[in-house]
Amino acid sequence: MMRRLLLAFALLLMTAPAFAVNPDEVLADPALEARARALSAELRCMVCQNQSIDDSNADLAKDLRLLVRERITDGDSDEAVLNYIVSRYGEFVLLKPRFSVKTALLWGAPALLVLTGGLSLLLFARKRAGKPTGSKLTADEQARLSELLKK
Amino acid sequence: MIIEIGHYALVLALATALILSIVPVLGARRHDSAMMDVATIGSVTMFSLVAFSFGVLTYAHVVSDFSVQNVWENSHSLVPLIYKYSGVWGNHEGSMMLWLLILTLFSAVVAVFGRNLPETLKANVLAVQGWISVAFTLFILLTSNPFLRLDPAPAEGRDLNPVLQDVGLAIHPPLLYLGYVGFSVCFSFAVAALLEGRIDAAWARWVRPWTLAAWTFLTLGIAMGSYWAYYELGWGGWWFWDPVENASFMPWLAGTALLHSALVMEKREALKIWTVLLAILTFSLSLMGTFLVRSGVLTSVHAFASDPSRGIFILCILLIFIGGALSLFAFRAPRLSAGGLFAPISREGALVVNNLILTVACGTVLTGTLYPLLLETLTGDKISVGPPFFNMTFGLLMAPLIVIVPFGPLLAWKRGDLLGALQRLYVVAGLAFVAALIFFYIEHGGPVLSVLGLAAGLFLVLGAVADLWYRAGIGKVSGSVAWRRLTGLPRSAFGTALAHAGLGITVLGIVAVTTFQTEHVIEMKPGQTVDAGGYSLNFDGMQPGRGPNYTEDRGHFTVRRAGVAVADTWSAKRLYTARQMPTTEAGILTFGLSQLYVSLGDATKDGGIVVRIWWKPFILCIWGGALIMAFGGFVSLSDRRLRVGAPRRKAKPATPAMEPAE
Repeated sequence: MMRRLLLAFALLLMTAPAFAVNPDEVLADPALEARARALSAELRCMVCQNQSIDDSNADLAKDLRLLVRERITDGDSDEAVLNYIVSRYGEFVLLKPRFSVKTALLWGAPALLVLTGGLSLLLFARKRAGKPTGSKLTADEQARLSELLKK
Repeated sequence: MIIEIGHYALVLALATALILSIVPVLGARRHDSAMMDVATIGSVTMFSLVAFSFGVLTYAHVVSDFSVQNVWENSHSLVPLIYKYSGVWGNHEGSMMLWLLILTLFSAVVAVFGRNLPETLKANVLAVQGWISVAFTLFILLTSNPFLRLDPAPAEGRDLNPVLQDVGLAIHPPLLYLGYVGFSVCFSFAVAALLEGRIDAAWARWVRPWTLAAWTFLTLGIAMGSYWAYYELGWGGWWFWDPVENASFMPWLAGTALLHSALVMEKREALKIWTVLLAILTFSLSLMGTFLVRSGVLTSVHAFASDPSRGIFILCILLIFIGGALSLFAFRAPRLSAGGLFAPISREGALVVNNLILTVACGTVLTGTLYPLLLETLTGDKISVGPPFFNMTFGLLMAPLIVIVPFGPLLAWKRGDLLGALQRLYVVAGLAFVAALIFFYIEHGGPVLSVLGLAAGLFLVLGAVADLWYRAGIGKVSGSVAWRRLTGLPRSAFGTALAHAGLGITVLGIVAVTTFQTEHVIEMKPGQTVDAGGYSLNFDGMQPGRGPNYTEDRGHFTVRRAGVAVADTWSAKRLYTARQMPTTEAGILTFGLSQLYVSLGDATKDGGIVVRIWWKPFILCIWGGALIMAFGGFVSLSDRRLRVGAPRRKAKPATPAMEPAE
């Protein structure tokens, strides 16, 4: 249940949109168009600063959008379209980098961090068990405390 | 002449900062009160000098003194007056001045209101603030001097970047810097505690109001920035995972963790070492943000001020402060006495999970932001890490956090009753789910999975209400007793509830917009009509217009509901004449919490124009939730136990059944 919930949440967040598609580019088939949009959001506009081709007004972005649509209407699968674009423009074009040796640390970061955090928590709790807690008083405070206690 | 005096005041501020950096520290070691007193007077003097210097720069901008290079580069005589003021920090040099102004302001506030801080702690804290001030004053004087003159003076300025000519610029950077720089106080407290080798619950109590204040401002600053980007950039997005957004978001995440761990430390004397480390890390992330924005190492839409030589200077500041503080931490932390122990199922336990998740989320955002840079440096391979990566990883991490948030306040300190909390939240979760289903039914059209997201948001909101409900004992005791209990709750309890509910509202907004938003990209000719979100928009036609420093083509739209005209809006494409830079001014219409967003594209050959229309249901919840979070921060801050200068609790007749509050 929990895992499904997480997945659902991730899926929800994956579709944050913002667009620069022009009416003349839109495909007639809404299902194909939806696929094109989803793919566009994962491709970087190479001449812009951190924009996907879906968001960008640049000419290069438009060319790429048209290319994506062309491949999709030719019957390519999503994977094939991405492969084709990567073969022409390199990995840099993907906003969601593929899992590989180079990106293992990137994708593994959350899990690694959770593990490290969890383990250090456990270790600290073990080390700490049975030891006295609280801060020690300074000599000054100790004197004041005993004075107060005498009263 | 006045310009040179301003410049000189800044040099004097540097001298003051240098004295402030050394004398009080020595005083604290020798227990010499006179030397320690230098901290107070020095901080106030430094602030006055920087404020004067800043005032001079503002004056130069307001009177459009183009003999000053900074004014010439970033202003124009025709810029409206408000943008002449806000334009002071709409450029690299000026924004560094604002940074320094706020830094010294915080020092002065600690100096003036920190009367009941232990003498040595106060001296050390202010001295550490002095070190930071030295670094940044030097940075401004050596690499980013805003007082440079031009001879001969040009007759006209080069104009403020049109994107920055907006009220957003007047509000967003000051709020953001109040947040960023506010964490410097926590950093200084942490370093001072390490210098003294002593740390206790009282320390946490002094640090918490500062954390809370900085966090509140940062929340407002980020929300404001997001809304600004939303209406200004003209493509309807409100968060882009841009490196600079990440740079402000990471301190927010770490700061949120700090806020919660300081709570544990104050109440239970636990997590001490962790809290100190977190205080150091939070400000380090703020510093790193400053570096990332200004060095140009990362490409970003904010790159208004990138220059590699400055980057190296800031990198040095970064290394010295972060490296220095972390080394000090490594040396001294083992000597700090260990904190208390606690059961895993307790409020402390919940807060530890909160800290774990927030820190991991922060680390993930950090990894994603820096990874392309590191990989390219090490192997030469270029990759991109963009929104799809962040949405996925960050979303996965946040989901469990959202589920546990309502549990935290319901669990008692020391040993909590999970079963009890579960029983109480059972109803809340059920209600949230039913409400989400109803919401989904009314909005219809989105993916079914959105119900879970909506339920998560509602769970947070209702959970916050339930917390207050159970504390007051509504339904268990008579109405008047419950009312007395409710009003007797400490303000921080309301602050917590508001902040958690605000988070829920933001989640609701995010889920609603991402799943129920509709979009139309069409070519329109005058007289044509489009339906969006239950409204119909009629395009009435284009019209040229002009403002003080721009010309525009604007389109008029009339919005009808069931045939009756309910609103109208202009959407424009502007050209700022001085820089020949085009911008889009979206037409935005608000209906309740939802908005219609109309943006113009290119004109077509046959006399039409491309129009993009979005129906953004409940989008205002995103920022409204953030405002509520910040309001919660202010409410908490007004709790007298936290009020700066009143750390001791006044002996007050105990309110019946008052639970320990956060």
